[in-house]
Amino acid sequence: MFHIYCPYCEEHREEEEFHPKGQAHIQRPEDPEACSDETWGDYLFFRDNPRGVHHELWVHAVGCRKFFNITRHTVSYEILETYKMGEQPSVTAKSLSEKDKQAGVQAASGGWQTVGARPESDALNKGARV
Amino acid sequence: MQRYSGFGLVKHALSHHENWQRQWRNPTPKKEYDVIIIGGGGHGLATAYYLAKEHGITNVAVIEKGWLGGGNTARNTTIVRSNYLWDEAAALYEHSMKLWEGLSQDLNYNVMFSQRGVLNLGHTLQDMRDIQRRVNANRLNGIDSEVLDAKGVQALVPIMDCSKNARYPVMGASWQPRAGVARHDAVAWGFARGADARGVDILQQTEVTGFKILDGRVVGVHTNRGDIGAKTVGCVAAGNSGVLAKMAGFKLPLESHPLQALVSEPLKPILDTVVMSNHVHGYISQSDKGDLVIGAGIDGYLGYGQRGSYSTVEHTLQAIVEMFPIFSRVRMNRQWGGIVDTCPDACPILSATPVKGLFFNCGWGTGGFKATPGSGHVFAATLAKGQVHPLAAPFSIDRFHTGALVDEHGAAGVAH
Ligand SMILES: Cc1cc2nc3c(=O)[nH]c(=O)nc-3n(C[C@H](O)[C@H](O)[C@H](O)COP(=O)(O)OP(=O)(O)OC[C@H]3O[C@@H](n4cnc5c(N)ncnc54)[C@H](O)[C@@H]3O)c2cc1C
Ligand SMILES: [Zn+2]
Repeated sequence: MFHIYCPYCEEHREEEEFHPKGQAHIQRPEDPEACSDETWGDYLFFRDNPRGVHHELWVHAVGCRKFFNITRHTVSYEILETYKMGEQPSVTAKSLSEKDKQAGVQAASGGWQTVGARPESDALNKGARV
Repeated sequence: MQRYSGFGLVKHALSHHENWQRQWRNPTPKKEYDVIIIGGGGHGLATAYYLAKEHGITNVAVIEKGWLGGGNTARNTTIVRSNYLWDEAAALYEHSMKLWEGLSQDLNYNVMFSQRGVLNLGHTLQDMRDIQRRVNANRLNGIDSEVLDAKGVQALVPIMDCSKNARYPVMGASWQPRAGVARHDAVAWGFARGADARGVDILQQTEVTGFKILDGRVVGVHTNRGDIGAKTVGCVAAGNSGVLAKMAGFKLPLESHPLQALVSEPLKPILDTVVMSNHVHGYISQSDKGDLVIGAGIDGYLGYGQRGSYSTVEHTLQAIVEMFPIFSRVRMNRQWGGIVDTCPDACPILSATPVKGLFFNCGWGTGGFKATPGSGHVFAATLAKGQVHPLAAPFSIDRFHTGALVDEHGAAGVAH
């Protein structure tokens, strides 16, 4: 069960108030009439599906009803940050792998884990990942 | 291979069942194989089995990073049916159904395939129209399928609440009598044993970490146990397919989601068929051991962690209790998740790729257990001939650029 910080309500709320809406920052082709089948198919169907850090769109469906972004790890499920529409992520796969190298922390490789994701802020502050 | 029989059982009883042969070897990897299959789930093992049995190709390795069937193969709710809407999908799943019907004999391994029938419930007028349409399409394709009204459903499942008092009253159902369930881990083991006996090397605890590609052609794989050469590689890695495609340098239209299931404490026999509902979203059957086997929907977010959120489980149990008030006090025993590779049109991908000699079999998402023998059968032919089998042809990756999707969301809307 996630405990999600809504950047608009500025508080943590339970997962059930939210809906995930897939990959964030998808660009619609500027001129759909002119683009190739390749580009249009990619836009419609091909998503990043990383085993690791993912930037995704969520909606605070039964709260403020606003869309916002989450950066989350898809194996540990840890929420690394939430940010408003129009903003860019500050945590990325690249920035994290550099941090890991410095701290000697290994990213979890998945498999058997029974605990839910932790609130994002405390882990971020400590700079560690599950 | 030691054949199993009633006589063998008696014979081994005399030595206290201590001398049964191991079901498969644990070989050291060779330098090179004709064919490497990545993923030791049901689909990968079935592919290896049919490669050896039907095409005489036995210099084959199945590479599995964990243990056999540790992926979705032994995490699913074991529902097998073939009542899909579109001709392309119906042909593939019905091909599989025919193989299921002789599978225990063919493998000399009891996969406990039980044709106890599957009900897909309708709770609204639109549900019932869709069911009519799908049943008609099924019958035109020679697939057994019937429309039942609420009375007919009640007669089959007396313990279900089919009254008008339900929040979403049952209006009817589609009914496929030949559908049913099978024991999922036995399916993996049976195919593994059959493949091993014909010379296939099953390499467990071996993880593929990259592809060796030369002039656009695959020539082998990197693993945590060293490099292994191959002329042809088939990738059958379900939820991790996207990760492997990325290693090979291309993208797949897949998203990996957690899908959860749970089982109750064992009960005396009370439910002798399979009940699925798209509308309230739950599906349930009773295993031969007596536990109720219940499947949830996917969690909407991406997840590779083989676990999902509790709220998803809660919604599923609400649906089950709504349909079966009698189960409201049953205790649940175990709960788990798998990583399902969902595809935009709810159909699989069986395809050549931009890399020559590298083929992918994935995208089965929430419903590929039923397809295990059929998928393995057509994929083996594909790998053997280096050319996609006719039944698999409509399921190439190209369709996401040409637009020729096979939209099975209606028939596959519930996760199963
Ligand atoms: C909870 C749940 C319920 C389901 N219910 C049903 C149902 O009722 N009916 C139905 O028809 N279907 C159902 N399904 C779907 C079904 O389980 C799958 O579609 C099917 O089992 C996929 O089989 P597979 O052999 O392709 O995948 P898997 O069994 O997942 O096998 C893939 C294997 O690849 C291995 N692998 C991955 N990456 C690597 C690597 N890099 N190197 C080596 N090995 C690797 C994995 O360890 C895994 O063992 C359900 C799924 C789940 C999770
Ligand atoms: Zn909010």
